[in-house]
Formats: sequence, C-alpha cells, structure tokens
Amino acid sequence: MFTRKTLSILMLMFVAFPLNASEPESDFNPGEMILNHILDSHEWHIATVGKTHISIPLPILLIHDGKFHAFMSSKFHHGHSDYRGFRLMLEGDYKGKIVAVNSQGNILPKLPIDLSITKNAFSLLFVASLLFFIFVNISKIYKRRGSGLPPTKFQNLIEPIILFVRDDIVKVAIPIKYVDRYLPYLLTLFFFILFCNLLGLVPFFPGGASVTGNVAVTLVLAMFTFVITTVSGNRTYFREIINTSGAPWWMKFPIPLLPAIEVIGVLTKPVVLMIRLFANIMAGHIIILGLISMIFILGNMSAIAGYGVSALSVGFTLFISLLELIVAFVQAFVFTLLTSFYIGMAKAEHH
Amino acid sequence: MELISPNIGLVFWTTLTFLVLFLLLKKFAWPVILSTLKERETAIANALSAAEKAREEMKQLHADNEKLLREARMQCDEILRRGNEMRKEAIGKAQNEAQKEYDRLLENARLAIETEKKAAIVELQNEVAKLSIDIAEKILREEMKNKQQYDKLIEKSIQDITNNKL
Repeated sequence: MFTRKTLSILMLMFVAFPLNASEPESDFNPGEMILNHILDSHEWHIATVGKTHISIPLPILLIHDGKFHAFMSSKFHHGHSDYRGFRLMLEGDYKGKIVAVNSQGNILPKLPIDLSITKNAFSLLFVASLLFFIFVNISKIYKRRGSGLPPTKFQNLIEPIILFVRDDIVKVAIPIKYVDRYLPYLLTLFFFILFCNLLGLVPFFPGGASVTGNVAVTLVLAMFTFVITTVSGNRTYFREIINTSGAPWWMKFPIPLLPAIEVIGVLTKPVVLMIRLFANIMAGHIIILGLISMIFILGNMSAIAGYGVSALSVGFTLFISLLELIVAFVQAFVFTLLTSFYIGMAKAEHH
Repeated sequence: MELISPNIGLVFWTTLTFLVLFLLLKKFAWPVILSTLKERETAIANALSAAEKAREEMKQLHADNEKLLREARMQCDEILRRGNEMRKEAIGKAQNEAQKEYDRLLENARLAIETEKKAAIVELQNEVAKLSIDIAEKILREEMKNKQQYDKLIEKSIQDITNNKL
C-alpha cells in the first residue's frame, strides 16, 4: 500500500543523511532526560550508542536583521560550534534556543526569529503528509467504487471513524443545516489530533515527538477554534454576550458585570482547550519516561535493583501506553466535540 | 517555563501545516468521501423503505386474496344452498303434481266405473225384465198345458224372484 511505500521512502531519505557523532554525556539525570524528550529540539536524537550520539539533522531557518538564513542543524555539531554567527545554546536562559553571536563570540541581545523545522515541526509535516496521502487515497477508492459497491478493508478502517465524527460529534453539537459546512474542518481537526497523538506514542523515528504535547501546537488549534467560533457567531450569540437575557438589569448596568464574565468565558474556552490537550499528552509522555527512568536511576545504584525494577517498569509502561492509546482517542474526541459545541453555540437560534 | 511558552517558529509551522492540510483535504478528500457516504446511506435507506413498501404491498395483496377467497367461498356456499333449495322445491312440486294427477286419474276411474256400473245395472234390469218376460211367456205357455203345474211354477218363480230380489 501507499503508506508503506511512503514510509519506506521517508526512511530511506533519512538514512541517507549523515549521522553525527559527538562527545559523551555525563551522569544520568532523569529530569533533564524527560525534559529533553518533551521539549522541542533542532535535531532528532535517535540513540546514543556508547559515547556516540546518533541523531538526524533538521533544517534551521532563521530571520535575522532582515536576512534569511537556512542550513542544517548538523552545522552546530550539537551546539559545540557556531555557524554563520549563530549559536545553539546548551545552557542558561536560552537553553535549546538559537542566538546570534558577534565575531568575539558574545551573545547579541537581539534574538533571531527562529522558523526552523524543529522535531515537532517535522512531525507536524510528517503527520500532515501522512493524512493527505491517506485521505486522498481513500477518496480515490471512494470515487472508483462509488456508493454501490461494498467498502474495502481500507475503507472499513477509516469509515467508522468518519461516521463517528459526523454522527456522534458534529451532528450532536451543530444545527443540522450547518453540519456540511463545518464537517470538513472538524474531520481534519479530529484526524490531525488523533494521528499526532498516536504518532507520539511510537517510541522511535518518525514517532516519539509529542506534537500535541507542545503548547504552541495546541495554542494554534485552539486559536482556530476561537476564530471559527467568533466568525460563525450569529446575532443571538453576540447579543447574549453583551446583553444576557434572563439576568437582572443591575448585573449589566451601570457596571457591565455579566458581559465581562461572558467575555472571559468566551476567551476561557479556547484556553481550556489548549491546556487540556497539551497537558494530557505531555503528562502521558512524562509518566512513560519517568517509569523508564526508574530502571536507570535504580540501575545506577545497583545493577540488581535495575534489573529487578525493569520488569515492573516495563509492565507499568505497557499499562500506561495502553492508557495513552485511549487518551489519544479521547483527547481527539474531546477537542473536536468541544469545538463543535462552541460552533453550535455560536450558531444556535434564539430559544 | 519553557514547557508552557509557545515557540514562535512552531506556531508558524503549525498554522501553516494545519491550514494547508485542511484546504487540501477540503478540496481533494472530504467532498468525495462524504458525498459517497451520504449517497450510500440514502441508497440503503431507500432500499429499506422500498423493501418495507413491498412487504406492505405483499401484506395488502395477501389480505386481498384472503378477502377474494372468502367471498368466493361465500358465493359457493350461497349457490349450493340455493341449488339445494331449488332441488327441494322441484321435488316438492313434482310430488304435488304427481299426487294431483294421481287423484285426478283416480277420480276419472271412479267416475268411469260408476258410469259403467250404472249402465250395467240398467242393462241387467233390462235383461231381468226380458228374462221375466221370457219366464212369463214360458209360464203362460205351460199354463195352457197344466193348470196345477202352472200354479206351481208361478209360485216357484215368485219365490225365486223374492229370494233373488232381482
């Protein structure tokens, strides 16, 4: 199938990249290790074999002083050397960020605008292309087979989810005459979150990046919800915010107490969406990494304790991973459902 | 702190990627998939309602057949009943007529017998009268021969007549 083909092509692409070697790491620090995995980075660390880091370099795109710079992250040699007046910081306030340096090697106060294809950005692009290939292919199957023939296995894999989103999320929340207008967006949203969540659970490349566990990603998704809700709002929706019906007049005049609360409510909705998704996914990753770290913490104390706890840790990790599998679906469901409800509220007729 | 501070680069790429993905899927994937799903659902719904209608029609047809059968049976019963009645009536009528004919014939026969009897009586009377006259004649001839005999004969004749009445 095409997915297998696409995957193998992508794998080949990256196998062709130079793998970089670097210096050894100090003692095991679980907090740092977990944060390094959770946070975004400019290269894709795959494994450390002995004292050699194996990682995939990612493109660095910077805008500094009106000029555009593009090069691969391998030029930084994991932050050990500057390149074109830029430095990847490993310590301090700017840890993990790229700063501009002058010829003396001093950090300039003005930070470059970093539009690099980071690990998460790369994952995003990967998920997006995966989704594009999957759904364009499915739509081709649908077009070829039409509505008369029974669905193929591939269709049967995706169709129940599409129908679930349509019938149990969108049709429940949005007035029926607007369903067709918002369905494409909500389906895209659902599958995008779902695939990001699931890919985050795959422990090796190209999975493993916690895309939806990054606040920037969920912020953007929540902003889309906010913008769509606000743009979709009908007269009733805005009137209810400014002049809530059924409330006593002194709540609105002279101090607009209720309108203020309503406005806060409108702003809170996307914020809550953002935090819920980000926190859920990040928490799952932290728990799994924490459980795995336990093996190495105890292993550093004594080898026997390390081996002893490993069975327990693996068992728990398996359990949490399965839980995360459910969470991946539930969070995609909740985000889409709440977005649908907000749109539905914005489109509700006066009751 | 870095955990909850969104990175501008990632915000940019997420916005771009998600928007492009949405537009691409909206153009190339969703319309076909969703319309095909809808079509299939409508087709299934139509097929189901058609089947339901056919079932209803079958039921109606069955009911009609039943009704026709019942009516036919009723008609059959009616015809049989009427036939029976007619048969009984016909037999009754025939019997009546036969009786009447019989009575009439009997009456005729009786009348004929009566007539014949009367004629016979008349004839007998005539014959008796003739015999009487013959006897009388014979007596009268005998009387000429023997007075005593004559008397005896008269006596005997009278006795005979009295005994016979006729």
